[in-house]
Amino acid sequence: MIVKLIDVAKIIRSKNSGPYELTLDVIFKDWDMYDKVIKSKQFNKHLIAQLYGIDENDVLGIIEFLPAKAIKATIKRKIASGSIGETDVYGAQQHAPLLDIEFDLEDI
Amino acid sequence: MKEMKILSPTAILGYGFPVESFEKAMALEPDVIAVDAGSTDPGPFYLGDGVSFTDRLAVKRDLTIMIKAALKAHIPLLIGSAGGSGADVHLLWCVEIVREILGDQHQAKVAVISAEVSKEKVHQALFDNQAVPLTAVPPLTHDDIENCTRIVAQMGLKPFIKALDMGADIIVAGRTYDPVAFAALAIRKGYDKGLALHLGKILECAAIAATPGSGSDCMMGCIGKDYFRVFPLNEKRRCTTLSVAAHTLYEKSDPYHLHGPDGVIDLSDCHFEQQDDRTVKITGTRFHEAEIPNVKLEGAKVVGFRTVSIAGIRDSILISQIDEVLEAVRETTKNNFAEQLTDYHLDFKVYGKNGVMGDLEPVRTITSHELGLIIDVVAKTQADANAICSFARSTMLHYGYKGRISTAGNLAFPYSPSDFKAGEVYEFCIYHLIPYEEDMFTISWSGGQS
Repeated sequence: MIVKLIDVAKIIRSKNSGPYELTLDVIFKDWDMYDKVIKSKQFNKHLIAQLYGIDENDVLGIIEFLPAKAIKATIKRKIASGSIGETDVYGAQQHAPLLDIEFDLEDI
Repeated sequence: MKEMKILSPTAILGYGFPVESFEKAMALEPDVIAVDAGSTDPGPFYLGDGVSFTDRLAVKRDLTIMIKAALKAHIPLLIGSAGGSGADVHLLWCVEIVREILGDQHQAKVAVISAEVSKEKVHQALFDNQAVPLTAVPPLTHDDIENCTRIVAQMGLKPFIKALDMGADIIVAGRTYDPVAFAALAIRKGYDKGLALHLGKILECAAIAATPGSGSDCMMGCIGKDYFRVFPLNEKRRCTTLSVAAHTLYEKSDPYHLHGPDGVIDLSDCHFEQQDDRTVKITGTRFHEAEIPNVKLEGAKVVGFRTVSIAGIRDSILISQIDEVLEAVRETTKNNFAEQLTDYHLDFKVYGKNGVMGDLEPVRTITSHELGLIIDVVAKTQADANAICSFARSTMLHYGYKGRISTAGNLAFPYSPSDFKAGEVYEFCIYHLIPYEEDMFTISWSGGQS
């Protein structure tokens, strides 16, 4: 079964976590789908690196946060917030590639 | 242990709040009003340049309501990260507003806590190998320290508790770890540190943790012996376990372990429970006291002056070869000033292509029928930035690209003048930890009356 993230997520957002990191949050609508996606381990460093065209080492962490039915990824900013070449000082519009994620949950 | 109430009127001092929500909160007789006035979110300019990112009139409006209510109820008002970035210049800006409000009619003992750190102290920490970069931050250099216009340290609980011990009615503090202003009085009274700081972490954004969320509405926090509760005052909003838990993720890379100057708030065994329709009760938060307390430093340096030009592009022939044309403009500009001016950054932001995400943009093929262009120049002086921006703009305007049939001009300018001088440009260059020292945050008293 192919599941689109935008169909099962309630919140998809990005924001600075301090001036040097960008953190991406996905909060799910229901437990069932959250559990399935977590179990499938498809939301991982490789996926984030691919989506943003960055090195996997620059994906600093993937963390599941059960109390919020959430999973988040933190990536290294290419430049510190507001430096020369900045396009998004607050980092609030960097979530867009996540809107296109699809999971293959066939075996679960 | 009697429950203690902490009122957070607004997410950032100056963001406002409805008076009805505030009055409803005051009717519940809170023990303290606390507000966070700062953030690094708006970027390095405000710390570097020494100005507030919030408007003076808006800050005065919020403070007038808070100060009058706090004095009337005989409860303290605690302000963290005054003036936005919390350096001395920001602190004085905020204290002046407080003084204006107090005037001659109101008496209050106002503690002013400085968070500015001398360059000598930071140089010394670097010499002693004790300046630790936070994740993804480059190592500190003596040049960076010297080039910073000012350096602040995020204060923890100690300076706040000391000022309260000394009888402060109002605390106006420089750069402060966000939860501290909300947690300080509770911790001084003996409430659990982990719970109080976790509560502070939620309250610092006021009603953002409610649903629908708002940074411009009041939130109440109540702490007991082994729990705390949060609820919004506005009937239109409610706190749900999801809204509160979701807020814990916000702007944090690891929501289970929140690091601060006094130690780590540990949410591993934290439990969120819906108490009633609009209230969430939280238990199980723990605290690990730092073995060696440290402080986070923030500093920004000037990297040049900026001039920008804003224009639109609608010609499909030009849009189809925008990358090549911009590269040619860059090259022409470089060659034109090869003998006079080489030290500058020329950046094109192309909206409708990758203006928002830059290099992170995964979409490579565009179908936009129009593009927005910002010619963004940073150079050593304003005159240099003006020169490069002006030249790049005029070159782009009349550039003869391949297949051009629109020979009158390539850009639609919405404004005259077309170029804008943006002044100094700053960059964060210090975001490091150094060990806490007793004399870092000095307390002085403003207003005299006590």
